[in-house]
Amino acid sequence: MATTAINLTPRDFKGKSDPDWCPGCGDFGVLAALQRAVAGLGLRPHEIMAISGIGCSSNLPGYFNAYGMHTLHGRSLAVATGAKMANHEMTVIVTGGDGDGYGIGGNHFTHTARRNTDLTYIVMNNQIYGLTTGQVSPTSSLGMTTKSTPFGNVEQPINPITSAIMNGATFVARAYSGDVVHLTNLIQQGIRHKGFAIIDVFSPCVTFNLDNTHDFFKERIKKLEDDNHDTSDWKTACEKAMLFGDTIYTGLFFESNRPSLEDVEPVLKTGGALSMRELGLDKEQAKKIIDRIM
Amino acid sequence: MGLGTYDFALAIGGEAGQGIATPGDILARIIVRRGLHLSTYNSYQSIVRGGHIFLTMRISDVEVQNHGDKLDLLICLNQDTMNRHQRLMGPGTRIVYNSDLIKPGTEDNGADLCGLPVSELTDSRNRLVQNTIAMGASASLMGIDFAVLEESLAHRFQRQGQAMVDQNISVAKAGYDYSQEHFKPFEQSPPTGGKPLAVWSGNEALAMGGAAAGVKFYAAYPMSPATGVLHWMAANARNLGIMVRQVEDEIGVANMVLGAGQAGTRSLCATSGGGFALMTEAVGAAAMMEIPCVFIDVQRAGPSTGVPTKTEQGDLWQALGASQGDFERIIVAPTDCLDAFNTMAEVFNLTDKYQCPAIVISDLYISEGRFSVDPDKINMHPKIDRGALITESSDTEGFLRYKDTESGISPRALPGLEGYVHLAATDEHDEDSTLLSDEFTNPHKRRAMVEKRARKFDTILADIAPPVLEGPANADVTLIGWGSTLDIIAEAAAALNAAGTSTNYLQIKWMVPFHGAQIMEILTKAKRTIIVENNFSGQFARYMRSETGFSANGHIRKYDGEPFMPHHIVDGVKAQVSGETDKYIPYQEITV
Repeated sequence: MATTAINLTPRDFKGKSDPDWCPGCGDFGVLAALQRAVAGLGLRPHEIMAISGIGCSSNLPGYFNAYGMHTLHGRSLAVATGAKMANHEMTVIVTGGDGDGYGIGGNHFTHTARRNTDLTYIVMNNQIYGLTTGQVSPTSSLGMTTKSTPFGNVEQPINPITSAIMNGATFVARAYSGDVVHLTNLIQQGIRHKGFAIIDVFSPCVTFNLDNTHDFFKERIKKLEDDNHDTSDWKTACEKAMLFGDTIYTGLFFESNRPSLEDVEPVLKTGGALSMRELGLDKEQAKKIIDRIM
Repeated sequence: MGLGTYDFALAIGGEAGQGIATPGDILARIIVRRGLHLSTYNSYQSIVRGGHIFLTMRISDVEVQNHGDKLDLLICLNQDTMNRHQRLMGPGTRIVYNSDLIKPGTEDNGADLCGLPVSELTDSRNRLVQNTIAMGASASLMGIDFAVLEESLAHRFQRQGQAMVDQNISVAKAGYDYSQEHFKPFEQSPPTGGKPLAVWSGNEALAMGGAAAGVKFYAAYPMSPATGVLHWMAANARNLGIMVRQVEDEIGVANMVLGAGQAGTRSLCATSGGGFALMTEAVGAAAMMEIPCVFIDVQRAGPSTGVPTKTEQGDLWQALGASQGDFERIIVAPTDCLDAFNTMAEVFNLTDKYQCPAIVISDLYISEGRFSVDPDKINMHPKIDRGALITESSDTEGFLRYKDTESGISPRALPGLEGYVHLAATDEHDEDSTLLSDEFTNPHKRRAMVEKRARKFDTILADIAPPVLEGPANADVTLIGWGSTLDIIAEAAAALNAAGTSTNYLQIKWMVPFHGAQIMEILTKAKRTIIVENNFSGQFARYMRSETGFSANGHIRKYDGEPFMPHHIVDGVKAQVSGETDKYIPYQEITV
């Protein structure tokens, strides 16, 4: 991560368009926290790639001044893995929602955690499908009524935190978008962490989810750091992550220093970013190739 | 297309796990080191142990890219092979088998039965020993000096130690000597050709072509018959500095390729039709974000899981229709192994220049077939042209990634450079990447961007070579094929000309862009046109009609999973010239 003498402010990371989110949407807090986090780390826009899928929250790269990709629904982690492999010298941040990441993109979520690619994945979890106007999501609570579950959700929600830990993610955190300072700090830790960092952010949908509102979270949230939580203890982390009643924990649940994909991939050991390397083969390489078929 | 002064074909049959590949590889090495050409086709099933495998190897003193029409030597490694294929053999041919275990049928079709009493010839209980004895006997029948076989066996088994080498040589010698004493060798022995040749499969050629073109990112999910590309890439990744990833599914594969492509590496993936079906949404995403990337579809018999180990040209319309929406993509179907290699650099230059996805259509026939090639014809240093790619930082402001230019081609910058920060979006976007849905879906901007992307294809035809009519002018019959069938059609045309039916042929490689006008100029002068393709419904015939309005006089189609043999086409032409039919479906004689 290159640092620079020029001190940028969060405003320097404001994108070309203004967010089209509903007034009061939790995602505003996430965008603000991300802009503060990268400015605080001394990063510059051209050093960052922000990659998203599809959904309200996936519009974020358009509102953020950095290299960006607004990809297909559910595919942000796959695209980001390819981008990171091609240029591992850039900071790659992945943003999206719960449907995008845990529903349609669930397979990539599992395998990205296992691979431990050096990405920072910020999921704006509003427990509802917002852009499609209010259907059940993989994180909707049991019994929740939505347009596609008018008689109540009968399917158990996924737990992103325990899933991420079980699948091998090496930085697993949860935040609430209403606490921008706390979220900013977690994003900075996530970016500094070498490996797959996931931050599941409760980011209330004020239009379609009338159960999990800002007030709902404000009454229940308790920070792990106020609870002397040991971030190397995955069992306790999972127990605490399972709570979703009177107490809901936020903060860093689990962290380990298992090597990232970039660290174990010999092709990236020397020579800089793949995308900046010379194309074509040298004579020796070509000879080796031909010799193999002789 | 073979038919030189030496044209010999042998087949080895047995079950999976019986070690057919080893004698096949050893014989192939002997042949190409002698400077002779070969073409092998392995007919097999989706089974790791058991079933029936039938490897055909054709040897010639001239270039040959198909396995031909006839068999001279049949090597049976089990009874099933004898039962299935003895009937294919006739006078002048030989059948080699372990007479301890395998009994020939009673019907005499003139083939010399060369039974080997394996238990008398060796004390070894190793069940693979019969293969080596058969190889020794076959070398003797073919008139190959034992010293040549000995050298090849030593090369093959050297890694397993000298004892293994000695054992194989002594067993092969026993088979060789027994054959010398008891069987009549073939009249013609293989001549000595020119310099040694190489052997490669279509999958190796595609992978090597990608590497030569500068591919730095390769992703795949294993799927027959495309897996050979992954294996080559994985084996060579470290030497060549290519990032190779096996991904959780083909959706992930295609999207990783997009990510790496946008980040600036030349990026490639290969799969078969089923995997390509999963990739298709990403093809449209590449078109919308204008990311250069190449997808290889090695076709197999479908639909659905289909016949995983059999060939077909059934995915043309899948490629044409891959992904939702109305957009252009490059589609090319290489005509043989060397062409597959050369096509990779060409197609990467095109995708970089036109910033669009490209689909390379191969099939099991050329991808898993193994062919000899003159190593000097493999250009590992092809021209690399990355088009309008910006590779240096600058203090420019207001970079427009999707600038609406006259050519439709916009400047592209490598992410990571200063001065060119931009967004690539799958939503429709304006020149500066602003999403149009954020601008009340401006219809004028939408129209401009659709036209910008389409305009890139206005000039692309000039960058690629049109198809060429081969064979006598004013022929009575013009055969039209596409993709992998070139050498089979060429050989059929030669046979027809020799038999008095003047025939020429037009093999078409570039599907999109399509040389409609040039093709029509040729075909309007043709007397009788027949389209040859390896599918049921005539996908290429339909496509050509949609592009040109041209309808052929007749069709030859095969969709039983096995590739054409030249005589299938010869018979099909004869049946059409005589007025029997205008759609000929050949009968597959060899069943596996």
